[in-house]
Amino acid sequence: MSDRNTTSPQTASTAASGAQKPLLEIKDLQVGFQTTGGIVPAVRGVDLTLMPGQTLAIVGESGSGKSTTAHAIINLLPGPGRITGGSIVFDGQELSSFSEKQMEEVRGSQIGFVPQDPMSNLNPVWSIGFQVEETIRANGVATGRKEVRAHAIQVLKEAGLADADKRLKQFPHQFSGGMRQRVLIGIGLSARPKLLIADEPTSALDVTVQRRILDHLDIGTAVLFITHDLGLAAERAEQLVVMYKGKIVEAGPSKEILQNPVHPYTQRLVAAAPSLASRRIQSATLASPTHHLSDLDYAPTKVTEGLDLIAAAEERIEHQPKVKRPDAIVVKDLTKVYKIRGQGKGAAGSLTAADNVNFSVEKGTTTALVGESGSGKSTVAKMILRLEDPTSGSIMIDGQDVAPLKGKPLLDLRRRMQPVFQDPYGSLDPLRNIGNTIAEPLSTHKVGDRASRKARVLELLDQVALPQALITRYPNELSGGQRQRVAIARALALKPDIVVLDEAVSALDVLVQAQILKLLADLQAELELTYLFITHDLAVVRVIADNVCVMQNGKIVEAATTDDVFDNPQEQYTKELLNAIPGAGITLGV
Amino acid sequence: MSSNQTPPTPAHYVAPLEETPLVAVDAVKVGERPSNLWIDAWRDMRRRPMFWISSAIILLVVLVALFPGLFTQVPPNDDCQLSNSNGAPTAEHILGFTKQGCDVFSRIIHGTSTSLTVGIIVTILTSVLGIVFGMFAGYYGGWLDSVLSRAGDIFFSIPYILAAVVIMSVFSAYRNVFVIALAIGIFAWPATARVLRAEILRVKNSDYVMASQALGVSRFRILIRHVLPNSIAPVIVVTTISLGAAIVAEATLSFLGVGLPNSTMSWGNDISAAQTDLRTAPQTLIYPSIALSITVLSFIMLGEVVRDALDPKARAQR
Amino acid sequence: MAGYIFRRILQAVPVLLGTTFLIYFMVFAMPGDPLLALFGDKTPNPALLERLRAEYHLDQPFIVQYFLYLGGILRGDFGTSFSGEPVSAILARTFPVTIRLAIMALFIEFVGGVLIGLVSGLRKGKLFDASALVVSLIFISLPIFVIAFVGQFIFGIQLGWARTTVSSGAPIQDLILPAFVLASITFAQIVRLTRSSVIETQSLDFVRTAYGKGLTRRRIIPVHILRNSLIPVVTYAATDFGVLLVGATVTEGIFNVPGVGRTLYQAIIRGEGPTVVSFVTVMVLIYLVVNLVVDLLYGLLDPRIRYVK
Repeated sequence: MSDRNTTSPQTASTAASGAQKPLLEIKDLQVGFQTTGGIVPAVRGVDLTLMPGQTLAIVGESGSGKSTTAHAIINLLPGPGRITGGSIVFDGQELSSFSEKQMEEVRGSQIGFVPQDPMSNLNPVWSIGFQVEETIRANGVATGRKEVRAHAIQVLKEAGLADADKRLKQFPHQFSGGMRQRVLIGIGLSARPKLLIADEPTSALDVTVQRRILDHLDIGTAVLFITHDLGLAAERAEQLVVMYKGKIVEAGPSKEILQNPVHPYTQRLVAAAPSLASRRIQSATLASPTHHLSDLDYAPTKVTEGLDLIAAAEERIEHQPKVKRPDAIVVKDLTKVYKIRGQGKGAAGSLTAADNVNFSVEKGTTTALVGESGSGKSTVAKMILRLEDPTSGSIMIDGQDVAPLKGKPLLDLRRRMQPVFQDPYGSLDPLRNIGNTIAEPLSTHKVGDRASRKARVLELLDQVALPQALITRYPNELSGGQRQRVAIARALALKPDIVVLDEAVSALDVLVQAQILKLLADLQAELELTYLFITHDLAVVRVIADNVCVMQNGKIVEAATTDDVFDNPQEQYTKELLNAIPGAGITLGV
Repeated sequence: MSSNQTPPTPAHYVAPLEETPLVAVDAVKVGERPSNLWIDAWRDMRRRPMFWISSAIILLVVLVALFPGLFTQVPPNDDCQLSNSNGAPTAEHILGFTKQGCDVFSRIIHGTSTSLTVGIIVTILTSVLGIVFGMFAGYYGGWLDSVLSRAGDIFFSIPYILAAVVIMSVFSAYRNVFVIALAIGIFAWPATARVLRAEILRVKNSDYVMASQALGVSRFRILIRHVLPNSIAPVIVVTTISLGAAIVAEATLSFLGVGLPNSTMSWGNDISAAQTDLRTAPQTLIYPSIALSITVLSFIMLGEVVRDALDPKARAQR
Repeated sequence: MAGYIFRRILQAVPVLLGTTFLIYFMVFAMPGDPLLALFGDKTPNPALLERLRAEYHLDQPFIVQYFLYLGGILRGDFGTSFSGEPVSAILARTFPVTIRLAIMALFIEFVGGVLIGLVSGLRKGKLFDASALVVSLIFISLPIFVIAFVGQFIFGIQLGWARTTVSSGAPIQDLILPAFVLASITFAQIVRLTRSSVIETQSLDFVRTAYGKGLTRRRIIPVHILRNSLIPVVTYAATDFGVLLVGATVTEGIFNVPGVGRTLYQAIIRGEGPTVVSFVTVMVLIYLVVNLVVDLLYGLLDPRIRYVK
């Protein structure tokens, strides 16, 4: 590590910024986690330099060591984690040798911290005001009750909480996720630190909220921004560091890395990031008058094979026959009203989760139902799957009204239509082995005998590219992506015509997500499947869907072909969603 | 987040490929042996001395209960001589004599089966009632849940030993092992039911339950095949610990004089009878107490080990 | 908060009806003469039987009996004891002693238990933690009467530090040993529960964020870790108050503390069935009230409970 040549990241940026001293300089940082089997390294020699006022983003997948690096700077490592080597110099101080007491002085007042999940990072038993005020007091920003309160209101207002003075007495559970994240940003910036460490500050939030919140981070403080989204990183930071397996694989100016990724890992990330892929498709289709994705003539390189979203999208389009086919799903005036218990003395209210929803899905195509949390998209999916009963309206599957179905005909319907759900850790019964899980549809519908079922399970494992040896294994041995493959295999066991994918790739890392999207596209071409794709991520839609329905507050606000929605959005809300896809304004080569 | 300084043109650093070679995305690692919750729990327990110690003691207690004759040749009642009253230990009577001049050790050995039988019957009773109530309340919800849970609340609101005191007072003419087990068990089940209900509420919202529903698996079959097996672990922990608690309850009732009649040999009765002689003959009280405590301790210890093994959260707290 | 209190009290009503009915049912709906059953192998004198028959309205149909009995309870009439003294009068005399003992015991178990549990949790895996775990496990396994006798034997007889029986006025210094014995049963549970709660809270995100905000460890431990860890401990303490009631009966009996528990203890030992039923009813009512109070306290401790339904 020590014998780096001139291209090493810290020398590069130091030289470039001339006489100015770096605010943060990390050299050969090593972090390990103590386990019973010895120390497991998590960060293996990281160097980075951050100048005052600059924003630097660390990008990587889960387990890459990006968050560990950030936490190591102010020693927020969990119990068994410790710095095993290297140095962290912040503003002329060597932080890695600081005692806990010295570190308490640095945290908050010199280095602010904004955590990832707004739902779990505020103490539920103390009011918002209490939690902001204790930060202000601890860092000596203000003293005296009135002054501290005034300061608390000010920082919350700066973070975008307009009615802060009225809401100080409220508790975290009375705030939405976006509001809570504003509070956390307010807390992080309350002592005007020189450096702010923002650890995936918005990945748990809806895209439109995400964008507005990130704007509040832009106040001239140096920011170390941790994210898994390459597009977001490039949009928000001028410097980019890509981490992989505890090491830096590529570092430099954001735009340059995005336009010209050199390391094969970075190339993979660029190829697999939905936000970038949708931007690129967008710029390409806008430039070409034919408006056809298949005319792109884009070929993936060897390292990005099977992970390239644009290539997958192109291939998908090629397989689409151009003739009109009958509708597989027709949804008419679908409405779902939930009764909810109101606040106070038994006042009952109601919530309209789906409000007069109309759309249809052509056989063999993919329709995406896009919306933010609470838009009603999952409710619609559950009604189509007959897991919930509609309040009014009708659902026709292959021309047959599903509402009155019971017993055998309902069982036959279920055979033709299968779901894949979001949470890879909850979608498989942990106590049943993979073979039994995939065979459950077969045994439920009494298809074949023992031997033929086993043969079918093996065939399905091949189809989703999993080794046959897994048949006797349990879900806890598998990664999230592999579990989703098993869930897909289970859904395909009965050879259905329709698959409902409810946020099926949302919880996965980008590369795994790209792989599963490619698998879904291949399976569609091979088996002529009809997909109803439920997602919050418009960028993914660009590469997988033929048609899009945008949902907001239970209503479909816009429905058109994917090209139309992206090229020529009619509704303000659709435009907002499109703008919220990170990476706007970055020129990317195709 | 653009900075207002003139953007530098720093070099573009790329790590040499050999430093971090690319591996296949999401490659499957098939382990040597299959593993799931139960297999992992067994592997974990097997390595803990606490598991072997408590299991060994429980096994010993069961053996003593089944074959008391293997452990002592001295008859517990027939050979009592008042001349030996509260006598000190001798070579044949290693723990000394009771007030009635009976052998303390022999009485402990022969009293074992009483405690264990009550413990086992109570545990079976509370598990069956607790599982049935907890399962239906948690899984079917709605009015059934309201009715079953309120019933549980009512039973839970009467401390089970106090309830047993009342029942045993009413049934004073029929005091035997089964009646006492019934008296304890009938009010002890809501704890099990609550634990299972909470667990079922958690499990029944899993995506795999929804997936099975979408497959057309019947509701009851989902309960039996998926929900119950995934909810039962905490019940096993509670059950193991409650076996110890039931033994304590029986001893407490016997101590209070509303347990088993004096003619039945039981640790609680012996402790109760010895209390007046604490000053003069502490051994008559101490030894049955030790037998009682060690038995209870081993059940509670086993419960703790099982909890540690089954609950990843508890495992992290070791 | 007012709505929360109202709802809680409303929810307690069916439980109150249910428990009293259940007790009454167990005693008086059994086949045969319930009074004779209650006296077991003793033969009560006919005059007493007559008096009790009238007192329990045994000439009326069962359901009428129950409502008359419930009405009595609501007016504070729990019947009369064996000696003819009204139960309410005995309560007035013995209750203050029991309260004194209970407060001492609760103080010992909470302050001691939470403190040891906190230190144990913060020093997970260290010697202190390991010994606290072992000692608490042993205490959990010991029946209360064994602890009482061992305490009597060691501190009363061997060391002579305390009296083995409490003198008539039940002065504080005499109650120290019984209070420790009474506290010991739930004390061990509180140590363990606080410990695991502290360990869990410590690893929560908001604690890390509190460090990130620049707070000192000295502030984070009481304000963020301990405060949140207390919620499950308080819930537990409420449900386990039943164990404490039984413990009080046994402890007061063994140490001859002139409280409510001893009265029940002596009634049980002497086989005075009707008095047993009266006092068990009283204890169940105390238990219900304590649970209601703790429920309300829980609302204070956890704002999420207070505001959402």
